[in-house]
Amino acid sequence: MRHLIIGNGPTGLVAAETLRRLQPQADIVLIGDEAEPPYSRMAIPYFLQGGIGVDGTYLRKSPDHYAKRRIQLLQARVSWVDPVKKVIELADGKRERYDKLLIATGSHPVRPDVPGMDLPNVHTCWTLDDARAIAAKAKPGARVLQLGAGFIGCIIMEALAARGAKLTIVEMGDRMVPRMMTEKAGGMIKHWVERKGVSVHVNEAITAIEQQGDALVAKVSRGGTPIVADLVICAAGVRPNIGFLAGSGIEIGRGIRVDNHMQTSVADVYAAGDVVEAIGFHSGQPELNAIQPNAVDQARVAAHNMAGEATVSQGSLAINVLDTLGLISSSFGQWWGAKKEEGGTGVELVDEGNFRYLSLQFQDDVLIGATSLGWTEHVGVLRGLIQTRTRLGAWKDRLLADPTGFMAAYLGSAQKAA
Amino acid sequence: MQKSLHIDASKCTGCLQCEMACSYENYGVFNLAKSRIKVFNFEHEGRKVPYTCTQCAEAWCMNACPVDAIAINAATGAKVVNEAVCVGCKVCTIACPFGTVNYVADTGKVQKCDLCDGHPACAEACPTAAITFVDSDWTGLDKMRAWAGKTDTAARASA
Repeated sequence: MRHLIIGNGPTGLVAAETLRRLQPQADIVLIGDEAEPPYSRMAIPYFLQGGIGVDGTYLRKSPDHYAKRRIQLLQARVSWVDPVKKVIELADGKRERYDKLLIATGSHPVRPDVPGMDLPNVHTCWTLDDARAIAAKAKPGARVLQLGAGFIGCIIMEALAARGAKLTIVEMGDRMVPRMMTEKAGGMIKHWVERKGVSVHVNEAITAIEQQGDALVAKVSRGGTPIVADLVICAAGVRPNIGFLAGSGIEIGRGIRVDNHMQTSVADVYAAGDVVEAIGFHSGQPELNAIQPNAVDQARVAAHNMAGEATVSQGSLAINVLDTLGLISSSFGQWWGAKKEEGGTGVELVDEGNFRYLSLQFQDDVLIGATSLGWTEHVGVLRGLIQTRTRLGAWKDRLLADPTGFMAAYLGSAQKAA
Repeated sequence: MQKSLHIDASKCTGCLQCEMACSYENYGVFNLAKSRIKVFNFEHEGRKVPYTCTQCAEAWCMNACPVDAIAINAATGAKVVNEAVCVGCKVCTIACPFGTVNYVADTGKVQKCDLCDGHPACAEACPTAAITFVDSDWTGLDKMRAWAGKTDTAARASA
């Protein structure tokens, strides 16, 4: 049995390790196109901040980790997949045969289609090489303009601020982290980072960037004052890496379509992580969900199925945690709630002065989503309650009256029911 | 034989000796906010329930960690945070469906129960034997693990 895994991020690596445990004799090849050992993009902000060296970003720390598990690392770029002949072709023309293929190629940052996005001092922050380039330029006092206040933008912001950069953020949405935070919570995060000296423009877009001498000048939509910067960082979202699959016959929507076994439309080809549109936990529809815990859960499901052990994913569930200059936020599942006519109710606890916020959203007596700000204790239980679809019974009304009691509600309902 | 914390909530008086002992063992101070075991107060029922990590087989925290900072202690079976490697990204704190890994702002790292290298201070401090450290087979942890198994894929996904 020969397993090929394209992509050596957390998804590919966890799949390789799981396959090794299940099939001690199989050949396992893990393919990545960067000249680095497998590393974690999640760790890049901490590398940029200087808290860790490059080895601190590595997914596995022991140098002989891969050799010991007989996981062959191959540095190459895959140019196409032929699921009929069950081979892949590499950029150098070499071919590799597979019995089972896992596509875990992740995603790439998008650059908005505006003039000047290709200037030398305009960077995305996605790879270790990106981080090295930014670290060389984001010196104390440097004026940094960041496009996008989504999850990645926010997590980089912390590192840039720690480097002493003077930060301006432009976000097209009406608040910070609009795809992860409620209106109230996103507004509170904006207020918090502004108090820390970051300039935040929401409901605005950059329409062009020009080089003027040593500086970059960014034009702002609706005739706003142009923003002058030494460095522009583009964090305007990510898209699945699917270009090389054109013509392969593998069904693709916005990402690779997979069933709840993480199998694609083609036999013996699986996909997991950022690159897939997996079945959503609540919606039952294909969803893009580029987050770490989902990626590794999907990797394990895919690996079990590749090894012939039927295993089913319960569906992709968005869970996120973010630290914006010391204010910690998290969001879970369908945090925006459900319609009243579908049994939706919710509660929002707001303490703007102390930057504490908690929103719980229910459908009937089941928690379906949550958002928190300034909360670090026991937040994982919110995931547990959502994903087990625990019936809260009388606890629901107690939570509507006091949402802070979610841990007691879990102990009182979930554990009793189990 | 591996041992586990066994919690019998009916014996808990809510004295918080466990929380004090945990904080002192790990940080050298008596600060309940730093304890990795928490006693929950059920006002409606007049009940106190101590609660901490069960060292579950699924190890959601360990699997979600992007930098390999959580590992199994081979002697105790505990999932242990290596503070030198933890970058403080907090992904484990939202991945753990039991809510027993928490971020500590002071240190910039996460913390969880590590069974004190096989001598849990909470169990030693508990005056009523509500918390004991016993052979794993006796703890009735299966109930909680069954719940953990429902959280995502089949439990064997951790094989």
